[in-house]
Amino acid sequence: MSDTIIEFRNVSKHFGSLKVLDEVDLNIYKGEVIVLVGPSGSGKSTLLRCINGLEKITGGDLIVNGRSVLGGNDVTREIRQEAGMVFQQFNLFPQMTALQNVAFGPQQVRGLSRREARALAEELLDKVGLAEKANHEPAELSGGQQQRVAIARALAIKPKVMLFDEPTSALDPELKQEVLNVMRDLAAEGMTMVVVTHEMNFAKQVGTRLIFMEHGTIAVDGNPIEVIDHPPNQRMMEFLQRVE
Amino acid sequence: MEVNWLVILDFIPQLLKGAQVTVHITVVGLLGGVVLGAIAGLMRAYGNVLVNSIAFVYIEVIRGTPIVVQVMFLYFALPVLASIRIDPMTTAIMAIVINAGAYIAEIVRGAVLSISKGLTEAGLAIGLPRWKVIVYIVGPLAFRRLIPPMGNQFIVSLKDTSLFIVIGVGELTRTGQEIMAANFRAVEIWSAVAVMYLIMTGLLSLGLRIIEKRMRIL
Ligand SMILES: Nc1ncnc2c1ncn2[C@@H]1O[C@H](COP(=O)(O)OP(=O)(O)O)[C@@H](O)[C@H]1O
Ligand SMILES: [Mg+2]
Repeated sequence: MSDTIIEFRNVSKHFGSLKVLDEVDLNIYKGEVIVLVGPSGSGKSTLLRCINGLEKITGGDLIVNGRSVLGGNDVTREIRQEAGMVFQQFNLFPQMTALQNVAFGPQQVRGLSRREARALAEELLDKVGLAEKANHEPAELSGGQQQRVAIARALAIKPKVMLFDEPTSALDPELKQEVLNVMRDLAAEGMTMVVVTHEMNFAKQVGTRLIFMEHGTIAVDGNPIEVIDHPPNQRMMEFLQRVE
Repeated sequence: MEVNWLVILDFIPQLLKGAQVTVHITVVGLLGGVVLGAIAGLMRAYGNVLVNSIAFVYIEVIRGTPIVVQVMFLYFALPVLASIRIDPMTTAIMAIVINAGAYIAEIVRGAVLSISKGLTEAGLAIGLPRWKVIVYIVGPLAFRRLIPPMGNQFIVSLKDTSLFIVIGVGELTRTGQEIMAANFRAVEIWSAVAVMYLIMTGLLSLGLRIIEKRMRIL
């Protein structure tokens, strides 16, 4: 059990009277690449956002890197430093250059000096293939480039887990691949990842585990290749036909 | 009586004094109004239910009543209610602070809420405390959007100072009134007063336009 990094214990999440997560139990282990799929509204984003406290759980308990998300503001902030998040809409800070976007977190959160933070940011931009765009503002970058900067920004706080919420859904088809490639490299380095995506090829090639959600519950949990090629239930089969 | 524009010359020093009082009330009042408005606006945008309601009631009461009534209340009703007596000048400044504060609160709230929630979440997600997200990320972006409506409010407040004629503050309008009462030169004096207001609001607009140009609105 020592290599469990995220543990959902009977987690529920309500928005008012709407139950969006329904007593979810789930253990995520270090090094796993979990691909989270399911129909729109099934609770994928909510599940992801509960992990880093962007949504507060309303039932059960959720342990991230040994700390409960119910531990209060300081603990929530510590958890967020261990769980980087990448959003569908990139959400880069528009008033900052790519480099500043990436350097901001380490400087403000990890206490690095300006110089150290810049050096780290340069290194990470290079890693996502955008060294030459360091001084460009987000508005001057393509969607795929923005998303790669956003990945670098999340990596800059040295998280133990990376959470991706449909990172390629807002991108034109020809730009998806450059983002997926960065994610593939990250997985190859052993990063623990939870990825909400409709990219079934990515799921098969990179995922170590696939979770199919339905009405706030985990309906299928298995090996990506097996469950995609042989969907264990009718609704997952129908879902796969729709995304492919 | 024939219109004789030259009579204005005799009264320019007096009118300038009045204008000076107008500027003084406007500047001090707006400084206070910006602080109060920023606080009330942030209370509306980020406060819990209680904090939010307090700001909401303040804003609605002020926006829902005429400024003349607010001035009258401060000057004549407050002494009765709380046995606080304040001189006309202080009343005038307080009235601008309280009145402009309410409108500025709505401007601040609107600007803050116009910044996409995703940016706040991105800031929180890298582990920043909420105040740093507000100060470093939302604040600078909201500030740029704030300037045009804020400039508008500054001009409104400057003109609102003419209402303090009702409590006898010697600002520009009151000064014009006094001169007029003595020499009945209505056309000349009120023209001169209007031009002086135009100069003040014009300079204000110009200043704001320069700031706006300097700052790229994102
Ligand atoms: N902030 C919110 N307030 C109210 N309902 C919400 C909120 N966020 C999500 N929901 C609802 O929760 C359900 C699950 O949403 P979500 O987790 O975004 O699903 P998915 O990511 O799988 O499409 C949906 O019915 C959605 O409308
Ligand atoms: Mg979603």
